[in-house]
Amino acid sequence: MRQLLSGNEATAIGAIKAGIRFFAGYPITPSTEIAEYMARELPKIGGVFIQMEDEIASINAVIGASASGMKAMTATSGPGFSLMQEGIGYACMAEIPCLIVNVQRGGPATGLPTKPSQSDVMQTRWGTHGDHPIVVFYPYNVLESFYLTVKAINTAYFLRVPVILLTDEIIAHMREAVELPEEVEIYQPKRKKKSPEEFLYYSEETIYDSEVAYFGEGYRIHISGLTHREDGFPTNKPEVIKRKLDRLKRKIEDNKEKLWDLEYQDIGAEVCLISYGISARTALEAKYIFEKEEKRALGYIRLKTIWPFPDKPLRALLKSAKKVIVVEMNQGQLINEIERAISPEIEIIGVQRYDGEIITPEEILAVI
Amino acid sequence: MKEEIKNYLRLDERFPHILCPGCGIGTIANILIRTFNELNLDKNNICLVSGIGCSSRIPGYIDCDTFHTLHGRAIPCAIGVKLARPYLKVIIIGGDGDILAIGLSHFIHAARRNIDLTVIIVNNYNYGMTGGQVSPTTPKGKFTYTTPYGNLEEEFNIYEISKSAGAIFFARSTTYHVTHLKKVLKKALTKKGFSVVEILSQCPTLYGRLNRLGDAVKMLEEFKNRTIDISLIKEPGEIPSDKIIIGILLDREREEYCEKYERLRKAINEKRD
Amino acid sequence: MKKFLKEEPQIYFSNDNKKIIKVIKYFCKGCGICIHFCPKKVLDWDKDFKVFAKNPNDCIACYLCELMCPDFAIFVEKEK
Repeated sequence: MRQLLSGNEATAIGAIKAGIRFFAGYPITPSTEIAEYMARELPKIGGVFIQMEDEIASINAVIGASASGMKAMTATSGPGFSLMQEGIGYACMAEIPCLIVNVQRGGPATGLPTKPSQSDVMQTRWGTHGDHPIVVFYPYNVLESFYLTVKAINTAYFLRVPVILLTDEIIAHMREAVELPEEVEIYQPKRKKKSPEEFLYYSEETIYDSEVAYFGEGYRIHISGLTHREDGFPTNKPEVIKRKLDRLKRKIEDNKEKLWDLEYQDIGAEVCLISYGISARTALEAKYIFEKEEKRALGYIRLKTIWPFPDKPLRALLKSAKKVIVVEMNQGQLINEIERAISPEIEIIGVQRYDGEIITPEEILAVI
Repeated sequence: MKEEIKNYLRLDERFPHILCPGCGIGTIANILIRTFNELNLDKNNICLVSGIGCSSRIPGYIDCDTFHTLHGRAIPCAIGVKLARPYLKVIIIGGDGDILAIGLSHFIHAARRNIDLTVIIVNNYNYGMTGGQVSPTTPKGKFTYTTPYGNLEEEFNIYEISKSAGAIFFARSTTYHVTHLKKVLKKALTKKGFSVVEILSQCPTLYGRLNRLGDAVKMLEEFKNRTIDISLIKEPGEIPSDKIIIGILLDREREEYCEKYERLRKAINEKRD
Repeated sequence: MKKFLKEEPQIYFSNDNKKIIKVIKYFCKGCGICIHFCPKKVLDWDKDFKVFAKNPNDCIACYLCELMCPDFAIFVEKEK
């Protein structure tokens, strides 16, 4: 069945299809439609929607529900995402999976609530205090909002980490005709074999794709945000602390090949556009105009996975490129990461805009 | 050690616990376990949630599902647990700083929603874990490391906050009145809805030392002398101003949130059929 | 690891063997709460500044020491 949906609606539908049954949120433009959809639909299917008093409470309620075995998510934007950082750090440390949707708007501070931006790309990676990697996906249309939401939730529960879905005001509010599948593949944690006496919440076996115990199952687990041992109790032993932080890193390092997701066209061309999210749509349009006028190919790479940063595939894809143009709606965030990843011989130019207006194909064509 | 106590403790090499000698929080843990035992609560159906602070270390020693969350965020985490698994007995233990300063908005909103949670506020009049700083319950004029010239601010009245926010049960007790404490904890744990128990506790290491209140024993003696049970008060006007009222100050009925939500779910589905 | 579990509690009997006071010395931090609040002054400090039962015969098994102990260090048993 073809339906006309906005990006936010597609995200909400995808989340419910992927098993989300708990949503705690706080209204904030431009993410509110996700909360509204959840408030309407979750009680019908045995789920829970609750509007909390602020974003800090929202992310913590999500963590509590997820630790009790209900797949949980929240959605927010700029200022709310800043408030949630503490909770995201906790979810990383305590290894509690959840999905956080950040519909980007202009910042800093209250900024531009109704205008798009891509300026939270680095915040998703480095927003919390302390060392830990993170997984971030970024769709570029309504249909992909659906599929990447499903992938984000499955990834979160596979790795037992919080996963962030970045979108932006345009993707979230843009309506497109899409055909959504009736069912999607849902990751289910392994069935428990161990007894409560031998189960350790943070043991070597539970690093990812493992059996999981939840509150209320008789396993009497201890979940803590303090640097902890395998049983969850705090420790100050240097070797245990290192093992814990290495474990957080390994979760994503071991699986990054699976997480990397890029889309590319005409990779052999001398000049290549790299973009993501809403800016990738402009970049694609610029590519079509360029090829029609110049009668030669223009490379195009779109990142669906922002973090872990797909450095290895990018390096391989840009082997023969001479010039790379990075299109993004901020003062230059991912361009630095790309510069680090690719060969120093490649010239790198940024097309950046941060006035609340979308980048036009002409602006890109002007620098090729 | 008695079996009924052993049953609820995670007795491992972390004992004896980290609390200072004479700290009232240990007594509270002791009484809490005895309350569980007397109520015959299945330890598999209890979830203890705490934030950060001295009192928030208690759950780590008690053998049930325990959740040591961020500073001030115990209540929203507990709401998540309760809504996901309504059959669990969810109990929050926190200090005066944890629940009434950084976590106050969560506290009053949870009371407003009337979610079936029991909040145990261990009021030791200061921040103990960080080394004795002023808290929202430090009385006016008292000394802490961040009020070296005496506290200028007025303290919170937790009872008034709980009452106006919509809690259905409020009781105050102290670490001196152990049997009384057990009695009010029992009552709070059997109430369906948002119940609050404020426990006055001694911090001899910091608050007691900075205000020259003597050791744990002297501080407990003061609890004994300065408190008056509400059931002994015949006329409201006769309470001396320096006395602290203990006992069950608030006990009322309101519909509980999880039950309301369950009814809503049923109503929606019936309408659809 | 579980040092205190190997360590036997100190046990004090009353003369008629009806009241038993057990002290887990390893847990006791010597705060003195039980010693002060015991209505019959049964308890006192030993040479390590931990609690011991000086007059177990006077014990009336009110359990106040057991209830007030912050450290799970003292228990009273009464033979019925």
